[in-house]
Amino acid sequence: MNAVPTARSLGLLGCHACGGVYRMQPDAGADAYCRRCHTRLRLRKADSLARSWAFLIAAAILYLPANLIPIMKTSTLLEARADTILSGVAALWRAGSPEIAVIVFVASIVVPIVKIAALALLLWTAQRGTSWRRAERARLYRAIEFVGYWSMLDVFVVALLVALVHFRSFADVQPGGGAVAFAAVVVLTMIASKSFDPRLIWDPPAAKPAP
Amino acid sequence: MTDSEVPSPHPWDPAGLPPPDVRPPQRWTPSLVWLVPIVAAAIGIALLIRAALSAGTMIAISFASAEGLQAGMTEVRYKDVVVGMVKAISLDENLQRVIVAVELDRSASRLAMADTRFWVVRPRIDTGGISGLGTLVSGVYISLDVGQSTEGRREFVGLDTAPAVTSDQQGTSYVLRSTRLGSLGIGSPVYYRQIPVGRVGAYELNPDGRGVTLRVFVQAPYDRFVTPDTRFWNASGIDLALGAGGLQVNTEALATVLVGGVSFTTPSDGEPAAADAEFWLHDDRASALRPPSGRAVRVRMRFNESLRGLNVGALVDFRGVEFGTVEAIELDYDERRRQFVGEVVARVYPLRLGLAYERLREAPGTGERSDRELITRLVEDGLRAQLRSGNLLTGQLFVALDLMSPARRAARVSVAADGTVAIPTEPGGMAQLQSQIAKVVGQLSEVPFAELGRNLRDAIQSADALLRRLEGELAPEAAKTLVEAQRALDAANRALLAGDSGLQQDLRQTLQEMERAGRSLRVLGDYLQRHPEALLRGKRVADEPAAPALEEAQ
Repeated sequence: MNAVPTARSLGLLGCHACGGVYRMQPDAGADAYCRRCHTRLRLRKADSLARSWAFLIAAAILYLPANLIPIMKTSTLLEARADTILSGVAALWRAGSPEIAVIVFVASIVVPIVKIAALALLLWTAQRGTSWRRAERARLYRAIEFVGYWSMLDVFVVALLVALVHFRSFADVQPGGGAVAFAAVVVLTMIASKSFDPRLIWDPPAAKPAP
Repeated sequence: MTDSEVPSPHPWDPAGLPPPDVRPPQRWTPSLVWLVPIVAAAIGIALLIRAALSAGTMIAISFASAEGLQAGMTEVRYKDVVVGMVKAISLDENLQRVIVAVELDRSASRLAMADTRFWVVRPRIDTGGISGLGTLVSGVYISLDVGQSTEGRREFVGLDTAPAVTSDQQGTSYVLRSTRLGSLGIGSPVYYRQIPVGRVGAYELNPDGRGVTLRVFVQAPYDRFVTPDTRFWNASGIDLALGAGGLQVNTEALATVLVGGVSFTTPSDGEPAAADAEFWLHDDRASALRPPSGRAVRVRMRFNESLRGLNVGALVDFRGVEFGTVEAIELDYDERRRQFVGEVVARVYPLRLGLAYERLREAPGTGERSDRELITRLVEDGLRAQLRSGNLLTGQLFVALDLMSPARRAARVSVAADGTVAIPTEPGGMAQLQSQIAKVVGQLSEVPFAELGRNLRDAIQSADALLRRLEGELAPEAAKTLVEAQRALDAANRALLAGDSGLQQDLRQTLQEMERAGRSLRVLGDYLQRHPEALLRGKRVADEPAAPALEEAQ
């Protein structure tokens, strides 16, 4: 696998916008631009590791309020309650819907934390430039990209309920601060995975990534 | 850069490719992306802080029962404003009470103070009427009353019933002391001139168990009628009094007859009493309005007779004045005389002697005497106690005090260490009666019944012998006499029944005379019936015929 030559190993630089191919300049002190479309030419995504780290850390920070603060406040004639994700899962389980409880638990609690952990792993390994299990890491990255959208399930449920349930004194649903934090977690992990350049997985350890 | 036409190179020959356009680097600050996690952290911290701030105060209230309470539904209200919510209900570790975890709103956290009282509002029917009807629809809720304390607290013991007096009511509370609670309870009304002006807020047994302390609350406009001279009394029940003025029935409002209450009256105007002032709760109106008894003096009396019929609370009488009451009755043993002695302790109130009290206090020379010295003086002058029967039917006794003959003055008066004055005793009326009866019985026992019996038997025997002799000698003679008598009677009979005998004619004439006399008596009776005045005035001539007299009468 490692025998496959890369554009960088051949000294080539491609334009993302128009597909033009250029010779890599040895001078690192200047920026390279496409001659045809004037797009900035980069060997790898700009600041990929730093940006990914930044978004990932932001997501990890917001993961706390997302789980500690109620995401939804429901008030009915009989009771008024504010549910966090976990208490909602518990309520679903007690109410006799363990299947839905498991789905919500996986989609809302397990997936975000697994995503954050997996991205951290990818970033860390890419930073160290190790050649450990490159193929599996590439597959992990694809899985993260795929699964990212589904974590928005909770946010959509809350948004739907808030929009639909408005019966004034009988029943009312209000979004809680946790919903905002949770949506931010999902969006930030998606941006973090977008910022990550999977080519970094394959870069040889010695190579210094150039802008 | 100058020529846009690039010669087509060999694909794998980098050297043949054109170089890219090269420009000087832009001013780029790579650290800008790190603003994202910083902003995220700021937002996250802000959210957490807000959540922590909006989270209310958690308090725990223990109740006897969680009836009607529901976690997540039951509200906590103060002045009917929702200030919290029941979050969880659990049992305490002893499984005796229910611990209700309540989250008070942040704005209401100041309600959880050391003397805050919590209770569950349920529909309730009691002496004060029907309350809490709203909870039938809305469900029960927890209400609270804030006190004066500024000290926070997190654990409370809930009241079983709503307090009769809440701190937002204007008024004054007073302390009443009594020997018993009667039919009073928390919430019992307090009346002033039969207007309900307050309630009994709390009651408790004194720590020594010798009485009851009540706390009453009198509402604001009326508490100025409570002065240091105010008399409180238990207004429960009906007060029947049979006196010279006939039967009198005194009751307070009808409700108090059923459920009890406290009444008070103020004999004289004065400054309002201070809050928490202490008063004595009298048993009835009469004793409440009685002139003050003053300070009591304990006296001790040793009776050498049965105390049956003497009760604790029995009257101690001094020449008709209710001088005091019996406080304790005990049986003691006199080792020296080998006798049982009834020991009676009583409280007497010298102030009740009225004018005599004033005179007795003003001892010549020595200045004012204390009440105890006064009693001591009286004992020196011959004060004696005697048990007397107050009611011959029930045998109730009372202690009568009186000054006996000066000759029998006590040499010295013994005063115990606790200030109890010993009063010498005299045998009571009952005891005197008993001793007289005993004397009679003793004399009876001296009668020689055995000898009497023997004499009686001899007498009967001799009578028997006499009779037997009579039977033998007298009976034949008697039979003879009877025959003689029969014969004499027959002769008399014959003489009487003969038609022309003189006796019979006389008899007939006599009968005719009597008939005439009877007729004239009837005529006289008839006349007198018509003219009773004739008895006084004599017979009038005009009244000769009967008929006109009748017409005249008509």
